Amino acid sequence: MNQDEPDRLEPTASQTVGPFFRIGLEPLFLPVVAGPAIAGEHVTMRGRLLDGDGQAVPDAVIETWQADAAGHYADPASAPPPGVGAGFSGFGRAPTDAEGRFTLATIAPGQVAGPDGALQAPHLVALVFMRGLLRHLVTRVYFPDGPGLEDDPILKLIPAERRATLIARPVAGEPDILAWDIHLQGADETVFFDA
Amino acid sequence: MADVSGLPGLRRPAAGTQPDYSYPPYASSIKRAPTQPLILLPHTLSEVTGPVFGYDALGPTDNDLTHQHSGEPLGERILVSGRVLDDYNRPVRHALIEIWQANAAGRYHHKGDTHNAPLDPNFSGYGRVLTDDEGRYAFTTIKPGAYPWGNHHNAWRPQHIHFSLFGAGILSRLVTQMYFPGDPLLKDDPIYQSIRDQRARERLIARFDWPTTVPAFGLGYAFDIVLRSSGATPMEQ
Repeated sequence: MNQDEPDRLEPTASQTVGPFFRIGLEPLFLPVVAGPAIAGEHVTMRGRLLDGDGQAVPDAVIETWQADAAGHYADPASAPPPGVGAGFSGFGRAPTDAEGRFTLATIAPGQVAGPDGALQAPHLVALVFMRGLLRHLVTRVYFPDGPGLEDDPILKLIPAERRATLIARPVAGEPDILAWDIHLQGADETVFFDA
Repeated sequence: MADVSGLPGLRRPAAGTQPDYSYPPYASSIKRAPTQPLILLPHTLSEVTGPVFGYDALGPTDNDLTHQHSGEPLGERILVSGRVLDDYNRPVRHALIEIWQANAAGRYHHKGDTHNAPLDPNFSGYGRVLTDDEGRYAFTTIKPGAYPWGNHHNAWRPQHIHFSLFGAGILSRLVTQMYFPGDPLLKDDPIYQSIRDQRARERLIARFDWPTTVPAFGLGYAFDIVLRSSGATPMEQ
C-alpha cells in the first residue's frame, strides 16, 4: 500500500535483466520495426552503447516505442486509430553485439501531442536494459531534421549543453542511416529520465 | 505529480521501493549506472501508450517449460502462478509475460554461462504467457538451482526466475526476478538487497501455495505482480 493514497498498490520492484536475458527475450527481438510495406520515411538507427570506461557494452537490449508516420500510436489509448500505419506495431527490441552495436530499422514517426496541446518533435522512446542496471533506463532519441525540434517541450527541460545527446546524427554518404550512441557515463553521458 | 500535458500521469514509486541505479555492492552497476541527475519527464501520449500483444505471439508449450523437448527435464517440478494488477488494484488483461531461468543444476542454456554444472538437454528455461481477463497467469517449470557468480568472494545467486512484463503503456514495463521463500542466500545477495524498503523486497519472494499444489505432481508457488498505470480506463480488445 502507498502511504499517500491508501487504495493504491505499490508497483513491484525492478531487478536486473542479468547477462542471460536472450533466453527469454530473443524470441521477441524486433530489430525491424518497420518493413518496406510500412508507409513513411525509412531510416536505420544505428549506434553503440558504451560504459563509464568507454568500453562497449555487449550484453544490453534496447527497446523502442514510437508513433507511425502520421503521429498515431498503435495503442487503443491513442486516438484516432492507426491509419497510414496499419500493420505497424511501433515496438522495437534489439540487442547489442560484441562491439556494443545495435541497429533498428524503422520509420520517422510523425509529431504527437505534447504538454498543453503543443506538438512534440518526432522521437522514439527508448528503454535500455543490461546486467548492472537494477532498473532499466528511460531515454528518447530525436530526428535531426524533425519538425519542431527547436521548440520540443521535453528537450526544453534538459540543460542546453546536454540536449545533443538525444538527437541522432546524419551519417555522411549514407542518407538512410542515423547514428545515435548511448553513453552511460562520462563527458557525453546520455540524458536519462526520471520517468 | 501534476501532469503538464493534462493526461493522467503515472505515479512515481515511493522512496526505497525501487532500487537505485548506482548500488556499489552490485559491482556491475559501478560503470553502468548514470551519474548525472535524471530529468523529470512529464507523461505525454508517448509515455502512456505502449505495445499490444495477442495470443498469436505464443507457442503451444510456451507456458510449460517441462514439455518443450522430447524428454522431461531433471529437477523438482513446480507450478508458478499469480495475478498481474495495476497500481489501482485492477487486473492487467493480456499482459505479455516472458520468463527465463537456470535449470535445476543452476546452469543457464546460454553460451555465456561458464558455470561447470550440467546442462539439461530437456530444458531451455524459456517461457511466455499472456494474462487472462482477470490478470491471471500460470507456468509449469522446474525449480531453478542456485549458482555462483563473480560479484565478490564466494558469491551465489539465490534461486530465482526472471520475469519481463508489458502492461498498459510503455512506462508500465517491468523486468524483475521472483525468489523462493526461505532461501538462505537472499540476505547476502546484493541484487535483492538493492531494494531498500524491506516490504518491497519481500514482495519479490513467491509464496508457497497449497491451492495450486497438484497432488503427486508438484508444489505451487504464488507470485503477484503490480505494474504502474496511468489510471486510464483500459480499452476492451
